[in-house]
Amino acid sequence: MALRSAVTRLLSSSQKCAAVTVSRAQGTAAATVKDKVWPHSAKEPRSKVAFNWRDALDLEGQLTEEEIMIRDSFRDYCQEKLMPRILMANRHEHFHREIVSEMGELGVLGPTIKGYGCAGTSYVAYGLIAREVERVDSGYRSVMSVQSSLVMHPINAYGTEAQKEKYLPRLARGEILGCFGLTEPNHGSDPSSMETRAKYNPSSGTFSISGAKTWITNSPVADIAVVWARCEDGRVRGFILERGMKGFATPKIEGKFSLRASATGMILMDEVEVPEENLLPNVSGLGGPFGCLNNARYGIAWGALGAAEFCFHAARQYTLDRIQFGVPLARNQLMQKKMADMLTEITIGLQSCLALGRLIDEKKAAPEMISMLKRNSCGKALDIARQARDMLGGNGIADEYHIIRHVMNLEAVNTYEGTHDIHALILGRAITGLQSFTVEK
Amino acid sequence: MHSNRYCNRIIVLPFSVLLEIRVKPDNSGVVTDGVKHSMNPFCEIAVEEAVKLKEKKLIKEVVAVSCGPQQSQETIRTALAMGADRGIHVEVAGKDYETLGPLQVSKIMAALAKKEDAQLIILGKQAIDDDCNQTGQMTAALLDWPQGTFASEVSLDGDKVKVVREIDGGLETIKISTPAVLTADLRLNTPRYATLPNIMKAKKKKIANVKPADLGVDLTSRLEVLKVEEPPQRQAGVKVETVEDLVGKLKETGRI
Repeated sequence: MALRSAVTRLLSSSQKCAAVTVSRAQGTAAATVKDKVWPHSAKEPRSKVAFNWRDALDLEGQLTEEEIMIRDSFRDYCQEKLMPRILMANRHEHFHREIVSEMGELGVLGPTIKGYGCAGTSYVAYGLIAREVERVDSGYRSVMSVQSSLVMHPINAYGTEAQKEKYLPRLARGEILGCFGLTEPNHGSDPSSMETRAKYNPSSGTFSISGAKTWITNSPVADIAVVWARCEDGRVRGFILERGMKGFATPKIEGKFSLRASATGMILMDEVEVPEENLLPNVSGLGGPFGCLNNARYGIAWGALGAAEFCFHAARQYTLDRIQFGVPLARNQLMQKKMADMLTEITIGLQSCLALGRLIDEKKAAPEMISMLKRNSCGKALDIARQARDMLGGNGIADEYHIIRHVMNLEAVNTYEGTHDIHALILGRAITGLQSFTVEK
Repeated sequence: MHSNRYCNRIIVLPFSVLLEIRVKPDNSGVVTDGVKHSMNPFCEIAVEEAVKLKEKKLIKEVVAVSCGPQQSQETIRTALAMGADRGIHVEVAGKDYETLGPLQVSKIMAALAKKEDAQLIILGKQAIDDDCNQTGQMTAALLDWPQGTFASEVSLDGDKVKVVREIDGGLETIKISTPAVLTADLRLNTPRYATLPNIMKAKKKKIANVKPADLGVDLTSRLEVLKVEEPPQRQAGVKVETVEDLVGKLKETGRI
């Protein structure tokens, strides 16, 4: 699948002969340039195991054949269909709604769910999928994470059979798009003090929901919203709201300099009448939304490393190509040290994500493990992206080189789904037994 | 469309090619150890066409066959993930694999086609590593079947196949009877990405193991590779100031 686009490009010109010759010469020319810069394998010391900077701890060898096929097929889609769109989508802040349907066709939405038109694959495969999308753009991966972990997952985990039948197949196909409403303008890291209220009306069998949610990925174009509100008994519960319900509005947030390729907005609810069938009955309390967030955070742990890998590879190629003072930039110690640091963090990060994915598949994972890796991957990826931007010099601020877009995006990725510091507090509580979220004991 | 009495079974032959070419230091061939393989692009198109025909209910079963070492199973699995029903892995390893060429493969295909009672064989027009463009034609000759090569359009009509072929002069449309051999050209279709559910279903599909000896095929090669070398490196050009200089230089080097 990887060769298809290259061959199509070369052979679709009418001069087939010339094009084929070009493809042959291109191979050798590239090898020659790299020979001068990077010793050819013939000169390398003969060792049984060669070090592969692209996969330093042989992640490939630890994946099943199925996981490799899933990863390869989806990587091809991302590189061939998503990469060409992202430059302009990000520059002009345009969300391509079609990608949700395209991903639905490939079966990558809600991939870990069994039944209802979903693939029912492993969590490791979900992580590999997230890594490939985020290699292109974190905004696209956010769209996928929201649909899979924050909309399909709560309906699957906490919903009734009727709700699952009604929504999941259409969400899986990308026919309808969902969003997740937890964060409020005055309550981000502290969702338990949310102000959104749900009042039950026994006469109509509906809940009246009022409140405002903000920083909601997909909301301006979403068909449904899974909204969390505090009920009269003091418990937080989840409700499925649908576009068209009176009092439901989703204004777009303007002036965003992160995740520009995905649409972000608010959810404004003014006494929205939600039928009681739309309540998610099988959970109450903040455990509900947190369960969803943990599901998404796991995907983000993999995804952020995909963005970091792109930046690392791009910086490596740039410093190999760019000649200053008569030598490629990559000849310099400062450059090599930076790349060594990037390689190390990405490789170690991926191994930890794989270990976590296997634990989740065996149902042996605790939420703090996910916090630890989400925090690590995002923090390290942001660092790597910034370093890579620096290595590209002036060109690093041009969106054509893509790195600056990842730098912008990773600021949000490091912050949402639990900031870097909040995850530190989650871990601190687990380490010491003492909570440090609030000022009271 | 009804009447799939005529077209029950298609065999496709996906081959894998190397993703990175480096000549071995002793010039005896190309480095294959540890180099990643991928399905030959023309073979992907062939598999896609076969699966499309099955989806249109014009044929009942698609069998994917690959000849080679253990890694060939990956190529078969990819074909299964795209929609083929079952696979056959013809085990050819070591020295035999290095000398495996179109003649040997077409003998294997001919034997399998008879054994499996296939109505159509679809292959990629050529492999992008050796560019032989021979396997399809040889297979048809060995079976004494008609062939529709360089197909950019295929349509089944009863027991006949209409093939639009891309030839040097333009497009040629022919009608051939089944059983037949077709080879896929670039514009025949756009291969699908294997979807997650199909990749997972592919795990359960069967891949049978067969040895060339079981099919009564002799793998000895009629060819001996003498040398493999890279194309000569591009030399720098020479800049001249005037047209007279240019003509002079061309005369000097005997070009005109």
